[in-house]
Amino acid sequence: MPIDKRVNSAAEALNDVSDGATVLISGFGGAGFPNVLIRALREHGAKDLTLVVNSATHRFSLTHELLDAGLVRKVICSAARGHQKEPTAFEKLWVAGKIELTCLPQGTMTECIRAGGAGIAAFYTPVGFGTELTKGKEVRRFGERDYVLEQAISGDLALIRADTADRYGNLTFRYAQANFGPVMATAAKLAIAEVRAVEDDPIDHKRVQLPGIYIDRILAVGDVR
Amino acid sequence: MTPLNRRQMAWRAAQDIRDGMVVNLGMGMPVHVADYVPDGVDLFIHSENGVVGAGPLAAAERADPDLVDASSRRITLRPGAAIVDSSWSFAMIRGGHIDVTILGAFEVAKNGDLANWDMRLPNKGPLVGGAMDLAACARAVWVIMEHNTRSGGPRLLDACNLPLTAVKCVRRIYTDVAVIEVTPAGFVVREVIDGLDQAQLQKRSGAPLTFANDCRPLIAPELADAE
Repeated sequence: MPIDKRVNSAAEALNDVSDGATVLISGFGGAGFPNVLIRALREHGAKDLTLVVNSATHRFSLTHELLDAGLVRKVICSAARGHQKEPTAFEKLWVAGKIELTCLPQGTMTECIRAGGAGIAAFYTPVGFGTELTKGKEVRRFGERDYVLEQAISGDLALIRADTADRYGNLTFRYAQANFGPVMATAAKLAIAEVRAVEDDPIDHKRVQLPGIYIDRILAVGDVR
Repeated sequence: MTPLNRRQMAWRAAQDIRDGMVVNLGMGMPVHVADYVPDGVDLFIHSENGVVGAGPLAAAERADPDLVDASSRRITLRPGAAIVDSSWSFAMIRGGHIDVTILGAFEVAKNGDLANWDMRLPNKGPLVGGAMDLAACARAVWVIMEHNTRSGGPRLLDACNLPLTAVKCVRRIYTDVAVIEVTPAGFVVREVIDGLDQAQLQKRSGAPLTFANDCRPLIAPELADAE
């Protein structure tokens, strides 16, 4: 049967997501948020989720809908603070002690995810040594420098945003849209990409930015963000 | 004696950028450094979200929601730019491929320890972003900050009070009244504004200062302050 990863709706894309899933969600700096899929995940209603996301809430992302709906048990992120005086959806839950938080340096977080998708159990990084974010983690000296042991992160589901796809799942990204998407897709059992458009012909190999083997389902959403 | 305003502090830091450098600019005051790079100095501005070769902000009619920097500002690209994903972007940072990162700060200790990510605000979540990666791994860390807190307390200290971003990383500090190097012997003042003598600057600092033999006046052109 010819490979074809296209699905017709966000609900179809997410139909088998379970309670307790660890969900990796792309997006940073205003680009690459899979907002159609995030909203569909809220409508799906799977509970006790762990989100792995750069910002717990971001003004261009809809993760706050998952938080407000009470679907999230834990957030792993590098940014848990809102820029407004008003507390964010995350901060309200966090201050009330109703949600767990793991805060990681951004580059450590993306490398943990990369490791998760690349068969590496853990790695030593100099980032965070001597700070409270690495308290309790194993430290080892290599040469003249101290390094902290960080463990890989992988998940059940990755939701990412790209520009174009073909039916094989190959992806292209616009400008800074890629950010966490490529590594997140590699580190999840089920990776779903929402894209602006699905091309009829296979994307030329020189243009492919993420090979289709990492992507399980493709949803075309047009220009909506 | 007139302290430098924030744009003047950014201007002063920009004068130390050398041709061909790869520079990462933190949120807040440091982003203004890009506006004051001396004529004839070509550089790459790296942004944590993967943009290598960020240019000025985009005009409204050309702004693209996918062409943004780490602060969500809609930007342009400089000639020679490339864009990579987050994993590669941080591999550049950790791998020592960023010549200098210019960061804001709350406190710097005399051994170069930096505190710039958590002010311990009540009811606000932590936000570290890429600060620890940059502070620990850029080849040089420069800080732009007011010399004193709003209540007049020192930001140059024997040891930081706020949570650390990275240990022993800061190389140079640009304040509104002085330019200071962090050396194995502690803080060394390179430039200080006219009208502020050594005793007065020491009194405004929370750690011992030494003054370079060739310590010069800190001068900047007139520039309207940033909002």
